[in-house]
Amino acid sequence: MDTSFRLLPEQASTFAPDVDLLFAFLMLVSGLLSLGIAGVIVWFAIKYRRNSAADRRATPSHMLLLELSWIVGPFILSMILFVWGAKLFFAQRHPVEGALEISCVGRQWMWKFQHPNGRAEINALHVPLNQPVKINMISEDVIHSLYVPAFRVKQDVLPGRYSTLWFQASKVGRYHLFCAEYCGAKHSGMIGEVHVLEPTRYQEWLSDVVTGTPQMGGGGRLFDQLRCNTCHMTGGEVSRGPSLLNVAGRRVPLQNGQQVVADDDYLRESILRPAAKIVAGYHALMPSFEGQVSEEQILQLISEIKAMSQLDAKKPEGELKKE
Amino acid sequence: MNGAVITTRKRNYLNASYTVRSWLLTHDHKRIGLLYLIGVTFFFVIGGLAAAVVRLELMTPRGDLTESETYNKLFTMHGITMTFFFLIPAIPAVLGNFLVPLMLGARDLAFPRLNLLSWYLYMLGGLMTMWAILAGGVDTGWTFYTPYSSTYSNTYVMATAVGVFVAGFSSILTGLNFIVTTHQMRCPGLTWFRLPLFIWSMYAASLIMVLATPVLAAALLLVGLERGLGIGIFDPAMGGDPLLFQHLFWFYAHPAVYIMVLPAFGVISELVACFSRRRPFGYAFIGYSSFAIAILGFLVWGHHMFVSGQSVYAGLIFSLLSFLVAIPSGIKVFNWTATLYKASISWETPMLYAFGFMGLFTMGGLTGLFLACLAIDVHVHDTYFVVAHFHYIMVGGTVMAFLGGIHFWWPKMTGRMYPESWARLSAILIFVGFNLTFFPQFILGYLGMPRRYHIYPEEFQVLNVMSSAGASILGVGYFFPLTYLVWSMFYGAVAPENPFGHTGLEWQTASPPPTDNFEQIPVVTQEAYSFGPDDALRGPSEEVISIVQAS
Repeated sequence: MDTSFRLLPEQASTFAPDVDLLFAFLMLVSGLLSLGIAGVIVWFAIKYRRNSAADRRATPSHMLLLELSWIVGPFILSMILFVWGAKLFFAQRHPVEGALEISCVGRQWMWKFQHPNGRAEINALHVPLNQPVKINMISEDVIHSLYVPAFRVKQDVLPGRYSTLWFQASKVGRYHLFCAEYCGAKHSGMIGEVHVLEPTRYQEWLSDVVTGTPQMGGGGRLFDQLRCNTCHMTGGEVSRGPSLLNVAGRRVPLQNGQQVVADDDYLRESILRPAAKIVAGYHALMPSFEGQVSEEQILQLISEIKAMSQLDAKKPEGELKKE
Repeated sequence: MNGAVITTRKRNYLNASYTVRSWLLTHDHKRIGLLYLIGVTFFFVIGGLAAAVVRLELMTPRGDLTESETYNKLFTMHGITMTFFFLIPAIPAVLGNFLVPLMLGARDLAFPRLNLLSWYLYMLGGLMTMWAILAGGVDTGWTFYTPYSSTYSNTYVMATAVGVFVAGFSSILTGLNFIVTTHQMRCPGLTWFRLPLFIWSMYAASLIMVLATPVLAAALLLVGLERGLGIGIFDPAMGGDPLLFQHLFWFYAHPAVYIMVLPAFGVISELVACFSRRRPFGYAFIGYSSFAIAILGFLVWGHHMFVSGQSVYAGLIFSLLSFLVAIPSGIKVFNWTATLYKASISWETPMLYAFGFMGLFTMGGLTGLFLACLAIDVHVHDTYFVVAHFHYIMVGGTVMAFLGGIHFWWPKMTGRMYPESWARLSAILIFVGFNLTFFPQFILGYLGMPRRYHIYPEEFQVLNVMSSAGASILGVGYFFPLTYLVWSMFYGAVAPENPFGHTGLEWQTASPPPTDNFEQIPVVTQEAYSFGPDDALRGPSEEVISIVQAS
């Protein structure tokens, strides 16, 4: 990691140059404004010091036009800044299609990441270069916040609710990963490193099971281990529970006549509190898995359910996108 | 000056009686103001000492001075005492209490007993919080974020929350008292547009105190219910919503920023007018902008939550509104600057503080634009950039204005002048020390150093050492006024009625004023800040000298 003294952070994601350009513009504007104001104050303070011979005739007490100019001017400037900042933010909050999905669980005081093939790591995150990466995050206890300064991205990690963050790394190297939301005694120890690797190196790293952490669930599908398939047949035949093929990201009709989009939060809720939303045509038979599956296992189950959906090529574009 | 002067002095609110009882049971707004001054100074010292240990610890990247648990309690203690027990009451409860009736030409506030009660509530809340700190401390940060505060923290959260809850009522009562007094007790001829700008800004701040503080009380009560009784409100493990707390907290805590800074605007308007010998340029705009800030201030709380998981669209709206709140703040700075044009400016201590305020508040306000800007905030949120930004507003703004105001009205409050050269020296030290402390933190924040970090990566050390070095200068700068102001109460030159040649009603009565403020209730026939042509050239310091010599 580059630990030399510097005044600006490294740029290691596609967001970084955009954010820095906006930052530079803001620096320019606020630098000119503050120097301008300070300059005028100092100039007046000297020129019109008590007992100076400056001309003080015709002192205005107010000037409507001048007042309006410093209302309208800052208004226009701030609207430019608002639109610029909002456009970038919008992109930061909407992951591109086909991003590599990595799940993340935060807890006091460590970060746990799991890659699509099941390889897990703690306080380190390996990602491929030049490939969009989306992180699905949840906390096991208090609020944390995943922050990678070199990528200019940050998102709070909440208990009981998924949040996501995405980026595309643009420079090979090792970068800081911090918890930015105060989370208790060892908050400043809840740190790690992001390793940006060439895509081929990333693939090697993923398949290097010898040195890697053992996979969750010992390699088999958690879906089968927990016997989800007893009720949720994966073949499409009629059974006690709704089929989970093609369900992720789709609209699901409910017993009460409402509809719900089967996003990550809905899938998680259906595992922990199955009775909360019953799918139309089914009964509340499923037992709760609360306390029986960890947050990591729920994330694993969700990614397995998503994998079942991705088998179906007819899936309409854009439905996976969720806010 | 000599002893004879003192003995022949008229009865005033200070020498009316000397018993402890006469102070502790006083209904006199001026005495209550001084009681508050003792209170806020005490808490400022406590909060300052906590900050000193924090800055000392951050000299090295390792955790070598304190344990992480202790460090977390220290920054929490610093934040809670400074916010709730210093910044919020500082200007309203000390200067506001002392000045509002005087500036209105009234004999006291509308509810003198309520005023005394609010001091007792404040002290009770403050001492309960101090007890919690001594008993073992609290480590939630001043923001009490759930579910950490409601479920996970093993420290004295309940006792602290009760302390803050109780002190909140003192704020509400003070605000109520000021609003009623401003409506009901203005002296004959003192119309709304003849009010000093300090009153306008105190009135706007009072509205926020009355409307926002109950929300903080509610939020803390809910934390107590979850923590004490296990009722699930914020912790998802109990079916709660952790973000609900942030909405409630910031619905109070963002307007609370304006409780701290609006009164500071009021002080600066007075100082700039007095030492420029000019009616503030655009009086009405400055007055109205206080109300614009008070109203818009209630609509921007979500800008503390851009990365919290609130909806993207909520983020957009809060960003837009946050940019708008910058405009009335800008109006003030531009108008103060324009007031200096063709003015007759003297560089006395209070004016040095006012200059300092204008510079530092401008930087604090402009860096606020960075934080309102969504994409930038994602990067700098919860980093030292935010720490630097709010210290520029709170310390560079409110504390500078408070000190400027204390110096300016010190002769009125105590009847004594402070030593001018010491005062100027400390004003300069504070300005230099402040910038050295907090400017490096902007850079640290953009580099990505998160706030509330006990241990940090080595590459951030240089800037942290600069910041700690600045803090030591700042500490010395604060220590001087603490000593010479106390000294001046006994040995300072006797102050005339109006040592700085200002126009407000408070300057038309004796220094210090009699218990019921005025010999006769004044009648106002002019606009505020009607400086005569002679005022523009009169040197106030010379006036002080001549009066002191004459006596």
